[in-house]
Amino acid sequence: MASSYDYDDASLDSRHTRPPSAGQGSAGTDQGYDPNFVPDSVKTFVVHLYRHIREKNVYEIHQMYDGSFQRLSDRMFRESPWPSVEAIAPYVDNDHVFCLLYREMWFRHLYARLSPTGRQRVESWDNYCSLFSVVLHGVVNMQLPNQWLWDMVDEFVYQFQSYCQYRAKLKNKTEEELQLLRQYDQAWNVYGVLNYLQALVEKSAITDVLEREKEGLEQFAATDGYDYEGGTSNVLKMLGYYSMIGLLRVHCLLGDYHTGLKCLAPIDISQQGVYNVVIGSHISTIYHYGFANLMLRRYVEAIREFNKILLYILKYKQFHQKSPQYDQILKKNEQMYALLAICLSLCPQNNLVEENVNSQLRDKYNEKMTKMLRYDDEAYAVYDELFTYACPKFITPSAPVLEEPLTNYNQDAYRLQLKLFLYEVKQQQLLSGVRSFLKLYSTISIGKLAAYMEVDEPTLRTILMTYKHKMHAVDGDGKIIPNADVDFYISEDIVHVVESKPTKRYGDYFLRQILKFEEMIGELDRIKMD
Amino acid sequence: MGREQQQVSYTVEQLVSVNPYNPDILTDLENYVNEQVSSQTYSLDANLCLLRLYQFEPGRMSIPIVVQILIKALMAMPASDFSLCLFLIPEQVQMEEKFKTLIVLSHYLETARFRQFWDEAAKSRSILEVVPGFEQAIQAYAIHVLSLTYQKVPRPVLAEAINIEGLSLDKFIEHHVANSGWVLEKSHGRSQLIVLPRNEFNHPELQKHTAEGVPFEHVTRIFPMLS
Repeated sequence: MASSYDYDDASLDSRHTRPPSAGQGSAGTDQGYDPNFVPDSVKTFVVHLYRHIREKNVYEIHQMYDGSFQRLSDRMFRESPWPSVEAIAPYVDNDHVFCLLYREMWFRHLYARLSPTGRQRVESWDNYCSLFSVVLHGVVNMQLPNQWLWDMVDEFVYQFQSYCQYRAKLKNKTEEELQLLRQYDQAWNVYGVLNYLQALVEKSAITDVLEREKEGLEQFAATDGYDYEGGTSNVLKMLGYYSMIGLLRVHCLLGDYHTGLKCLAPIDISQQGVYNVVIGSHISTIYHYGFANLMLRRYVEAIREFNKILLYILKYKQFHQKSPQYDQILKKNEQMYALLAICLSLCPQNNLVEENVNSQLRDKYNEKMTKMLRYDDEAYAVYDELFTYACPKFITPSAPVLEEPLTNYNQDAYRLQLKLFLYEVKQQQLLSGVRSFLKLYSTISIGKLAAYMEVDEPTLRTILMTYKHKMHAVDGDGKIIPNADVDFYISEDIVHVVESKPTKRYGDYFLRQILKFEEMIGELDRIKMD
Repeated sequence: MGREQQQVSYTVEQLVSVNPYNPDILTDLENYVNEQVSSQTYSLDANLCLLRLYQFEPGRMSIPIVVQILIKALMAMPASDFSLCLFLIPEQVQMEEKFKTLIVLSHYLETARFRQFWDEAAKSRSILEVVPGFEQAIQAYAIHVLSLTYQKVPRPVLAEAINIEGLSLDKFIEHHVANSGWVLEKSHGRSQLIVLPRNEFNHPELQKHTAEGVPFEHVTRIFPMLS
């Protein structure tokens, strides 16, 4: 199944776009890079950042983290790493925690602009272990901006995913690289990654905080997770919160969608919450939530959530144009349109998609959606293409076998998920035909319908039952949720069709009009006639 | 003896929720699968946890245990547990004969091809009989699908779906008439009709239209004007 989209494209994660020239060689071998040279602007940067962290000026920290760091990177470190942590340490009293934070940023910059070596990947793992250990021991008393804390968890999971891909490509590895893999076999091991995330969730007692918040006993979302009055550290709490999203993401990468959703369960995504304060975390949450629901065949749920986030992005993306996350936002946006197209082809719905989102969707995928509804070979090619484009970067979590024959198996996990997804699509092959026929009749006998569809009666009965089964998903509590816009029931030999009418929301309509007219009256009152 | 078993499974469930990413619990989880089979209970979370551990350490995978997990997952239909398990089993492993058979059986059930299912199940009796309660669970699923679809189902359709005929079918129907609200009817001349209990899926008028309510917060928006 040749797909026009190359799954293995390394620049898929567009947050990490690399300028063309940076492809050659690995970081640190660029001519003129001296890890010990600290330009004045960097000196000033670390000194100020260190002071702000000590003084808990969250706003200034955020300005420096989000703004100055990017500007300096663009100006001076486009194609080389920042100065080494050893070089800047003297300017910040050799503060252990600050150095861990600086190193985390240092590696993140490396991954984004350059190509990390095997050794650097391992060193980054060590740094995360140290950083998380410090936080877990509860000795941290800083307040950091949510953007930074989210980026830490997000990057942690990203580097894990990247490492799994890296070590699954054995064919062209040098002996030195293989030796490194043998020696540091604990780096980025899946148990470690999962257990750190789990430990952050547990140690922060974040699920208790969320429970108490629901009962009105605690402020959390109201202050965006910060403690403005008491000044207690928000680091462990927020890392715990974001780790729930991190766990959802890791489980999706493993193909365990059910457990992923369970990890996210303490966060109520039907409400506003801390997860949508940082746009990156908002998008990552909904993207993975929607994808998991798609694989669990809960299409209506997926459509609802994709619709909401796509509308949000449509309205607010202009405000993020200057931010370093902009590319990633756009990328996820496109992927979610593809997933929405898939969901709507498998489970057509009339009223779930907002007007503007729908017109964007039609612009991008109208032709492809028509093709997908045909369920022929061309349709499968389209499903294949869209799934490949939009799916997460699935991983093989087990340790590599470092003996001959050395192969590349980094695509195995993806191929399995794709295969099972297309298998599900195939099982729904005949349902589209049934749907179009059902829309034409209010009642029809089994015999007649079988004749029109050119199948015998027993086969038709199985098709109708399959339709019923596939269109009724089972949710997390075991309840049956109907997904179909066209439904039916059979009484002996007659099929009675029931089309769900869009429910007219009179209540909402009147409320909106009342508010609008009040506004108009207010405006008229304000007009002074001279 | 039963009390002791009760305590063991309580501990396993705790392990799964508190410390799931831990290779040391692998044997406990395997024992728990055997226990689910013998005591006719089921835990999706524990089984997914075990399949994940097998994913992390493929050398420790036990094919018989995975077969049992998959059969239990089939019995959980209409829930999609079977696919959830397949997502975690490597492609090469799925090529084993036993797994291929189970995948075919799942396919027949997913597409409501009950006659083909029961034929194939009869051929694969040796694989399936390790798990007691299999037949009854599939029959329950068949009745579920029939209840979604039919208000009145002809007797031959029911018979094929649950693989029971003749006197046994009479007894079966009698039991459900007495306990599950089934009603027997005579159709025009031909076979019996079984009237299934009313639910919102075969009687759409029973569907609750939740969209008609207006959330309270929306109404509060016009309070300033009402005063």
